[in-house]
Amino acid sequence: MKEHPLPLLEACEVSKAYAGVQALSEVSFALQAREVHALVGENGAGKSTLIRIITGAEEPDRGEIRLGGAKIESNSPRAAHERGIFAIYQQPALFPELTVAENIAIGMEKPGRWGRIDWAGRRRRAAELLARVGAQINPGTLAGDLSMPEQQLVEIARALGAEARVLILDEPTASLSEQNAQNLFAVIRELRLQGVGVIYISHRLEELPQIADRVTVLRDGRAIETRSMSDVSRAQLIHLMVGREISSVYPKREVEPGAVVLELRDLGCSEAGIADVNLSVRAGEIVGLAGLVGAGRTDLARIIFGLLPADSGEIRLRGKAVKLDHPGQAIKNGIAYVPEDRRRHGVILQMQIDCNITLSVLDQFSGFGGLDFRRERASAADFATRLRIKTPALYSPVASLSGGNQQKVALSRWLLTKPAVLILDEPTQGIDIGAKSEIHVLMSELAGQGVAILMISSELPEILGISDRIAVMRGGRIVATLDRSAATQAEIMALALGRPAEQSSDPAPVPVVG
Amino acid sequence: MIALALLLALVAVVAPGFFSAANVRDLALNNAPVLLVSIGMTMVILVGEIDISVGSQFAVCTVAAGWLAKLGVPMLILPLLVLAIGAAMGAFNGVLVGRLRLPSIIVTLAMLVAWRDGLRWVTQGAWVQNLPDDFQWFGFGQRFGQWLIVLIALLLFTTISWIFRHLAAGRAVFAVGSDAEAARLAGIDPRRVVFGVFTLTGALVGLAALLNGVRFSTVPSNAGLGLELKAVAAVVVGGAAITGGRGTFAGTLIGTALLGIVGTSLTFMGVNPFWEKAIQGAIILAALISDVALGRLEHRRRLSLAR
Repeated sequence: MKEHPLPLLEACEVSKAYAGVQALSEVSFALQAREVHALVGENGAGKSTLIRIITGAEEPDRGEIRLGGAKIESNSPRAAHERGIFAIYQQPALFPELTVAENIAIGMEKPGRWGRIDWAGRRRRAAELLARVGAQINPGTLAGDLSMPEQQLVEIARALGAEARVLILDEPTASLSEQNAQNLFAVIRELRLQGVGVIYISHRLEELPQIADRVTVLRDGRAIETRSMSDVSRAQLIHLMVGREISSVYPKREVEPGAVVLELRDLGCSEAGIADVNLSVRAGEIVGLAGLVGAGRTDLARIIFGLLPADSGEIRLRGKAVKLDHPGQAIKNGIAYVPEDRRRHGVILQMQIDCNITLSVLDQFSGFGGLDFRRERASAADFATRLRIKTPALYSPVASLSGGNQQKVALSRWLLTKPAVLILDEPTQGIDIGAKSEIHVLMSELAGQGVAILMISSELPEILGISDRIAVMRGGRIVATLDRSAATQAEIMALALGRPAEQSSDPAPVPVVG
Repeated sequence: MIALALLLALVAVVAPGFFSAANVRDLALNNAPVLLVSIGMTMVILVGEIDISVGSQFAVCTVAAGWLAKLGVPMLILPLLVLAIGAAMGAFNGVLVGRLRLPSIIVTLAMLVAWRDGLRWVTQGAWVQNLPDDFQWFGFGQRFGQWLIVLIALLLFTTISWIFRHLAAGRAVFAVGSDAEAARLAGIDPRRVVFGVFTLTGALVGLAALLNGVRFSTVPSNAGLGLELKAVAAVVVGGAAITGGRGTFAGTLIGTALLGIVGTSLTFMGVNPFWEKAIQGAIILAALISDVALGRLEHRRRLSLAR
């Protein structure tokens, strides 16, 4: 890494406190031009707060942000945009009802510059910018019709159009397939060549060596260390992030599987494009469900949980065919489902933590005198301790918790139903490494107690690390079921993508300029 | 709460006559039916919907009560029938909103017009007169009848508050109102919850109409005009979130009392009664603003404690 005299963007001893919590204390951080600088840390380490301050969404209590050596005065999201600072979040923030060209034009076209909207100019500009990020997207398409990775590229194009100098990417690969992530990396490398400084936030440490030049570790609101990516190992990074050793990243406990609990026979749902699914999960077994986003994994889970009606085949529980028309029936049959989008639907954000935990089993706490609040709270407290949910009070709303702790609340709710089958949809997506390992330990424990677990994950190391068997889905079908010992990342990827000659359901690979 | 205390203090100073036994009794009597409807509206708003057809349902139930009484239906059975009619109208809303997922504001707007104008067409605007003797005050005489009305309203208020706090069904309403999809994933059927809430509200409206109707010897065909606004206002002044999932019945009780007292106290203070509606509007706005302001104040207080 060459030393540059003046950083492009600099945070100087920035401090910020929210209601009782010191989110950042004297954090200093420097981003060079032509650099991809990774920012890592557990949830709650202060990454988001730092980003919010850089993008002008928050004022720091102390310290300052400098751009090209000059202190930024009176920052605001709008001012940050005008200075060329753009952030792109995990969930694309495009206007779904506007076309790609219109989306790109917003923020670029200065008011009054064109008396009339120059539609042809807009399209031309959009096409140029899309080419720069290597996207083959028609500027006339509605943004809402694009896939997630395509929307991300449009956002990057929009930032480029507004002459971005600093681009902040917050968990950009969290919901991307391996292929799309590689395409995104190529775009990022290209941007770096064009002189953009990139702040790259990710929980997927294994991808950092591929893309980042330097890495800064945040922990408990402090910048612990900044290192060149080439001389820090993954284990060292984890150590820096958590401040303690994590003995084994995937604590897989060997469990002798019992009888088949869940069996799917020729299951299909034409509405969701699911067909001929045959799969069984035995007691104490963890079956990983791999595949690209859009391969039908979540839809399959929704069928099993009674959210989507199957129109062919059958679902058998302990050898008996069951009819599952709504989640209530699935729950009665001992099926639990922790959905993917926990922030939206896994928990009820404005409801108290304890009420969230007991919501599915209120019958257990109901008697002649109504709900037994004391037993309810005790039960919730028990889980809070067992799962190490970090909260000052169980009567706080779930919204006050970090992502990892919200996920633990969602898990607690389902553990309380004493499920025979537990379906987890991306259980550790976007949560920090400490909470992640705690959830893996918990899964192992549950399997040890004889729960049949079906886990959907886009993270191959996780799939390989914790599953006993791995089912790979493509285009709504299970294309292979592999044994843990026989499976490799490359093999799963090949199966998920399909053989080159075959049409894959994934959007066409994006060629890269440069 | 503070606002209510302030208002009462002001009235006490300006117009001591306000606190005469007769006036307090009239206030309670006038507002008991409004309270029942507001309780229903609280449930509907908690579940994340709205029902602006309650005023028209109220009118239908009032006239129905009169007709049934004239038909000679005994006063033991008549309340059940009126409740059933109210519940049926509520259930109809419940099916359209819960089952068919139609937006409640449009559905109940349609029903507001349909019931009101349907009733006008059927009755031709005529009041129901020459009611049997046992209709007024349920045949109990004025004194006991008055007590009965207020007692029924307070009893229902207590019961429903208790249910919402202590039964799983109440928890389900809060869950659906906060996030219907998350509630569905937790095994709650939002369609049933929404249906139940609308039906129960209809029944409460039926009861309110009956309790209001028996105070008079004739039954008007245009009862409950603007009742939906009163009820929504009481709920909002009571601190419930119009987006659902947050609110209390105690708040609604205070809201109903506050709005109910404003009108009468203006008369006592010699203010032109035409101001009543404007002042009610101001109270609603003040309630919303103070809610937000108090929230900010609390936030800032915690911030300063943190330092």
